[in-house]
Amino acid sequence: MTEFLDALASGGKAALGFQAIFICLLAVGLNMHFGYTGLLNFGQVAFAMLGGFGIGVAVTKWDLPFGVGILVGLGAAVVLALLLGLPTLRLRADYLAIATIAAAEGLRLLFKSGTATPVTNGTQSLSGFSGGFTDLCPWDPTRTFRILGARWDGRDLWVATVGWTIVALCCLLTWLLVRSPWGRVVRSIREDEDAVRALGKNVYAHKMQVLVLGGVIGALGGMINALGTGSLNPDNYQNAYTFLAYAVLILGGAARVLGPVVGAVILLFIVSFTDAALRPLIENGVIPEGLLTVPDVARLRFVLVGILLMALLVFRPQGIFGDRREVMLDAR
Amino acid sequence: MTHAPSRVCREDPRRTPSPSAGRAGTPGHRGSAGRRTLLRLLLVAFFGLAIAALTPGVASAEGEQVTGTLRTSGSGPVEGVDITVATADGTEIDTVTTDDEGKWAVPLPGPGPYVVSIDGDALPDGVSLDGEPTRNVTVQPGFSQAVSFGLEDGSRNSGGPIRAVQLLVDGLRFGLLIAMCSVGLSLIFGTTGLTNFAHGELVTIGAVVAWFVNVEGGLSIVPAAIIAVIVGAAVGALNELAIWRPLRKRGTGLVAALVVSIGLSLALRYLIQIVFEGRSRSYQGVTSGRANDFGAFRLTDADLTSIIVSVVVLVGIALMLQRTKIGKAMRAVSDNRDLAASSGINVNRVILIVWVMGAALAALGGVLLGISDDVQWDMGFRLLLLMFAGVTLGGLGTAYGALVGGLTVGVFVQMSTLVVPTDLKYVVGLLLLIVVLVVRPQGILGSRVRIG
Repeated sequence: MTEFLDALASGGKAALGFQAIFICLLAVGLNMHFGYTGLLNFGQVAFAMLGGFGIGVAVTKWDLPFGVGILVGLGAAVVLALLLGLPTLRLRADYLAIATIAAAEGLRLLFKSGTATPVTNGTQSLSGFSGGFTDLCPWDPTRTFRILGARWDGRDLWVATVGWTIVALCCLLTWLLVRSPWGRVVRSIREDEDAVRALGKNVYAHKMQVLVLGGVIGALGGMINALGTGSLNPDNYQNAYTFLAYAVLILGGAARVLGPVVGAVILLFIVSFTDAALRPLIENGVIPEGLLTVPDVARLRFVLVGILLMALLVFRPQGIFGDRREVMLDAR
Repeated sequence: MTHAPSRVCREDPRRTPSPSAGRAGTPGHRGSAGRRTLLRLLLVAFFGLAIAALTPGVASAEGEQVTGTLRTSGSGPVEGVDITVATADGTEIDTVTTDDEGKWAVPLPGPGPYVVSIDGDALPDGVSLDGEPTRNVTVQPGFSQAVSFGLEDGSRNSGGPIRAVQLLVDGLRFGLLIAMCSVGLSLIFGTTGLTNFAHGELVTIGAVVAWFVNVEGGLSIVPAAIIAVIVGAAVGALNELAIWRPLRKRGTGLVAALVVSIGLSLALRYLIQIVFEGRSRSYQGVTSGRANDFGAFRLTDADLTSIIVSVVVLVGIALMLQRTKIGKAMRAVSDNRDLAASSGINVNRVILIVWVMGAALAALGGVLLGISDDVQWDMGFRLLLLMFAGVTLGGLGTAYGALVGGLTVGVFVQMSTLVVPTDLKYVVGLLLLIVVLVVRPQGILGSRVRIG
């Protein structure tokens, strides 16, 4: 019973912790891309990686202050969005999908490679960049707090506070943008690109603005992830996270301002709860070793996410809160 | 080859007479079809879990050890070199000598950090160590940790035209593999409009099934490969019958189908990781031995076999597409599905055959890739992006485009190591993909209509 409560608490902590914020910000960016505009960006995690490494490299390798590091990360995300958008935004949706997933995987391999190691530390992780962030913490970062049965140290709590504030601001921005005239153009692009063009709107420019904006939000997510883990490794930005963010977005409801937030909290809770609940069951021998081992549990989460993604798309593409008429289901 | 406008209309529901019909479907019909699909998805999931239950981790039964193989492409296995394993604080555990296959293994007292060092002076003439002579490894409980030492045999840094020829031949071998794996990807796109992100997993399934039959089942590699191809074909048929045909019937949009294929890819990939574990493993009885010298380039027997098998298979596919009735039907459906259907071709049957054939080819490609580069749980996904590069370069949806594009990408990726470091060669392939999208998005053999 205590183990069950512990699993609940650990699920609760994950649903509010930096990983939920990371996935949530990825999904808020994707909501801009996919939910409102209908752009299939499958390389969202690349923006996050650039955001994280922007801070890390600027602070530890170039000795710049922490604030400048944030600007470096955001700038890198803007450049990537422009580079990706220029060739592919005129083409059909699946070309953007292929190009972005290729760019994300290519960038990760590049950051891992021997050539980039002097700058990114490659597979040996970059750390010691978050001092400037921890110094801003208004309470003692080493103190331990108990919230909802889970233990949080002051630093985790600080990352989560800042992270959820950023999420709130991004959601507010999304809300303001989509009900502006600009937002109506963007949503019409999702519905019928040719009609928008016929009305004299510049579809290409609008798509590019959306790609940049969503990418920047993704980069903020990557920064929170880097600050939460305290170290940067290209393998922390596997493209499976992009699809986790898609699952979050579609679960919560695409084209809904708070869809990604709801989705992230629910999905991260489910995933960490099953994680934490299965581990003691395996260790106590309730589940035999031959069926599932402890390292398998971490892999099982992506199997579940994959099946969830398929099931949602087939049976409930609008997710929990979405509007079926607003969900982009057809190619263009 | 041009695509008739009617094809574009079919792909673009905005222009169909009743746009809402395709999206919503009829409610009653959707309910029953939905339950059927759910049942099938559950069956697939249980099937996967059953496989997971039947195959316990191999390594966990044995206890911790470190293993490795010393070989170079030029001189084959390196025999008689001492490997020393010590704990992190320097206490020596054991020193072993590599056997005639270059293999070595040291059992460990328990999990934890260890230092593995090689006696670089004992290497034969012409072979030198590339990198540090020691490796720090952390061994997980119950794991057999593979440790590799990079060896130089002079074939890499000989430079000049010889090296270019060698890379060209390696590139042709790799390109043929990419081409073989991506024929299915391209034909599936052509016949159904689906960009199948789960195609890489068909490659992995082929390699992994062959590994289990070969290493656990004890069969030699040829029957193992045949079984893997049959299993691959069955998985392809299951894919079409259990998932894609029902989804087409419900009128699921192409973007939704694309995201479903992503979910399938994610689920399968990590299911394979649970069954197969995260490390790379090689087949038994495929000692590629010493390379044969062909003057300008050298090839091991395994690589030579791989090239011959791929050429024979690809020529067979080309002949089939060109000469046989089903081949012509495939090209017809790929070109214009409605026109093909109205001229009496059973479109669903053709699509099923495309899936079976494509998946079987991908599985065979996976086995061949596993022989040359070892079997890994994410090998297919990494190849998938190069397959996309090849298919896009050749022209999405055209069968011959996959052949031309795959070959080009393979050669380009291997030849690029003349200029860039080896660990960046995949990056170059992905860069090529993006450049193709800028310069000629319809590909070499594609037509402009498709990219709209």
